[in-house]
Amino acid sequence: MKVALFIPCLSEHLYPESALSMVKVLSHIGAEIDYVDGQTCCGQPAFNSGYHKEIFPLAERFIELFHEKEYVVAPSGSCVAMVRKFYYDLDIRRDLHAARDELAGKIFEFTEFLVDVVKVEKLGGVFPHRVTYHDSCHLNRELGVHEQPRQLIRTIKDIDFVEMQQPDLCCGFGGTFSYKFKELSISMVERKCRYIEESGAEYCIGADSSCLMNIEGYLRRHNMRTKTMHIADLIATSLTNE
Amino acid sequence: MNLKASHTKSYIKQALNNDVLRAAVDKATRTAVKKRADKVDAIPYWEELRYRAHVIKRDVIEHLDTYLQQFETQAQANGIKVHWAIDAAEARKIIHAIAVKNNVKTVVKSKSLTTEEIHLNTFLMDRDIQALETDLGEYIVQLLDHIPSHLTAPALHLSRQDIGKLFHEKLGVDYTENPNELLSIARARLRKKFLTADMGISGVNFAIAESGCLTIVENEANARLTIGLPKVHIAVMGIEKLLPSFRELAVFLKLLAPSATGQKQTVYVNIIGGPLHTLLGEGPEQVHVILLDNGRSKILADPQLRETLFCIRCGACLNACPIYQQVGGHAYGWVYMGPIGATLIPQYLGVKEGRYAPFVSSLCGACFHACPVRIDIPHHLLKLRHKVVESGHSKAIEKIGIKAWAFLARYPMLYRVATWFPGKVQKLYKKPFPVPGYTKERAVGLFDGKGFRRRYLDNEKAKGAKNSKLI
Ligand code: SF4
Repeated sequence: MKVALFIPCLSEHLYPESALSMVKVLSHIGAEIDYVDGQTCCGQPAFNSGYHKEIFPLAERFIELFHEKEYVVAPSGSCVAMVRKFYYDLDIRRDLHAARDELAGKIFEFTEFLVDVVKVEKLGGVFPHRVTYHDSCHLNRELGVHEQPRQLIRTIKDIDFVEMQQPDLCCGFGGTFSYKFKELSISMVERKCRYIEESGAEYCIGADSSCLMNIEGYLRRHNMRTKTMHIADLIATSLTNE
Repeated sequence: MNLKASHTKSYIKQALNNDVLRAAVDKATRTAVKKRADKVDAIPYWEELRYRAHVIKRDVIEHLDTYLQQFETQAQANGIKVHWAIDAAEARKIIHAIAVKNNVKTVVKSKSLTTEEIHLNTFLMDRDIQALETDLGEYIVQLLDHIPSHLTAPALHLSRQDIGKLFHEKLGVDYTENPNELLSIARARLRKKFLTADMGISGVNFAIAESGCLTIVENEANARLTIGLPKVHIAVMGIEKLLPSFRELAVFLKLLAPSATGQKQTVYVNIIGGPLHTLLGEGPEQVHVILLDNGRSKILADPQLRETLFCIRCGACLNACPIYQQVGGHAYGWVYMGPIGATLIPQYLGVKEGRYAPFVSSLCGACFHACPVRIDIPHHLLKLRHKVVESGHSKAIEKIGIKAWAFLARYPMLYRVATWFPGKVQKLYKKPFPVPGYTKERAVGLFDGKGFRRRYLDNEKAKGAKNSKLI
C-alpha cells in the first residue's frame, strides 16, 4: 500500500512535527510513504474567501500531481474536504474532470484512512493521561468523520477519554473569519476552551491543525491548563511509550 | 427600529458587549437545541423525512409557475381573491386599497415575517390604520419598537425581567416576571382587539396548489382568531410557499414543529379554504391572498441558490448556529437573520448592501445539519462570497494579497522562498508576528523556517546514509 502525503500549509510551516507523526504512524502500519515534492496549497483559504479564478491553477496543479497515486492522505479534514468536495465548485479544465473524480475517491483524512480504508482495529500504544476530543467542523460535517478518531483514541492503553460538553461545537476559527470578525471568533473560542477546561482533560486532541492552533492559542494566552495535541502526535507518542 | 445589513460589524460588537442580551440568547437557544434534539431523536425516519421534504420543495421551486397557476385557479374557485405583488411597494398598495375600500381603522395581525419584510406596520400606522400584533412575542417586540430577533421566537433576545419592566412601563400594570401572569396581561388586552378589529392580516406557512387552501400553524390561537373574527382577511405569502397537495403537507408538519419549537406537533393547524361558509355561517366575508415576489423570482434564476427558497422559516438553523448563539438576530441587520438570513440578505438587498452577511459564518455547517429541508447553507454562503468578490465588493488589499499568494503557490520554488523568508525574519524578531485582531487574544507559534518538507527529506537522507553504511 503506497500512501502519498498531502501536507497542508499549516502543517508544513507551523506544525511539521504533527505531519512527521503521521508519517511515523503510517509507516508503523506498513504503508509505503511517497512524498510528492512540488506540492503547495490546495487553495482553500482563497476559496473560502470567495476567490475562485485565482485558484483554478492551484486546483489543476493539485489534481495533476496527485490523481494517479494509490492513496492520498492528509492530517487535515478541511483540506481533504476542499479537494474531495469543493473542487466541484471550481471551473477547472474539462480534460481534468475525470482526474478530479478519481482523486476525490482516493484522498482521505488521516483517521478516516486508518479506520475506514486500512481497517485498523488496534494500534497499540500507551498514554496514561486524560484526554478529550474536539470535532473539527469540516471533518465532522463535510466528511462525516466523527467516530473514527474516537475509535482510535479508545484503543490506546491507559488513556482516560472523556467527552467535553458539545464536542462538535465550532471553535470559531473559520480561516479568515478569525480576523474578519475577530471579536466574534474570540467569543466562540472562549466558549470552546471553557468546555475543554471543564472536561478536566490534560490534552485536547484534534485532527486538524488549524482548529488546534486557534484553541491552543487561546488556552496559552489565558494560562489555561489543558494542552492541545494532534491525533497523529497522540498515536505516535503512545507508540513510543509502549 | 431600522437596521441596516451593511452595519452588521458594529451590531455584532454591540451585541457582544451586551451581557443581558447574550445571556437571554444563550439560554433560549440552549433550550431550543435540547428540545429539538429530544423530539428528533425519537423519530427514527427523521433523515428520510428531510430528504423527502427537500425533494418536494425542489419540485415545487422548479415548477413554480405551474403550481402558482394551479393555486390561483383553485383559490379563486374557492372564493379567495388572489393578488400578485411584484415588490413590497405593490403589496402595501394592494393592502391599503383593500383597507380603504372596507373602511378599515384597526387591524389585528398574526405573526408573519413576510409582512415584516415589506414593513407593513409602519406603513399602515402612517395612514392612520392601527395594526396590532397578536402573537405574544410579536406583541412584545412591537411595544418596544423592535423588529423580531428570531424567525419563530421574535422576543428571544429579551429576558423575563425585560418583559416585566416593559409591561409595567408601557401598559401601566404592576411589575411581574411570572410568565403566566405576563401572558394573561397580554391576553386580556388582545382579546378585546380581536372582537373589534375591522381586518385580520396573517402570513402563510404552506399554500396548497391542488386545493387552493392556505395553511397557517401556530401555538397561541391568535392566528385562529385573527383569521376567524374580523370581516376581512388578508394573507400575505412569498411565492415560494407552495406545496403540491395535502399529502405533502403531512411531511412538512412532521418536520416543522420539532425543528421550530421542539414540539411533536404545533397546537393549531389552521386551514383557510375560502371566505364565510354559507352553511356554517362562520369566518371572514372576504379572504384575500397576496402572492409576493419581491426578489424571489431573481433568486429562482440561480440553479444552486434557489435552494434557499426551500426555507420554511423554522429557525432551527439559528438555534444551532454558534454565531447566532453569541449575538442573536439583530446583529444581522435585517428581518431574516442567522445562517439562512446570511444567504438571503445579499440576495434580496443586493451584494453591496449585503456584502458582509455571507462572511458572518465560520462555515461550521451546524445549520445544514439542523435544517429540516436540507438546505446546504454553508455551500450557498460560499457561492455568495464568490459573488461579493466578483462584483468588486471585497477589500482591495485582500484582493492583491490573495492574487499574489495564489501566483506564488503555482511555483513550488517561489512558494518555498516566500514562506521560508518570514520564518527567517521571525527568528531575528524572536516573536511571532502579530496578526491584527488575531494574536491579541491568541498566542501563535513560531515559524521555524524549516518546515515539514526539509525535515522529512533530511530524515530520509539520514536513513539512506545509515542504510548504505550497513551495506
Ligand atoms: S434554512 Fe432550514 S433550518 Fe433555517 S429556518 Fe429555513 S428551513 Fe429552518
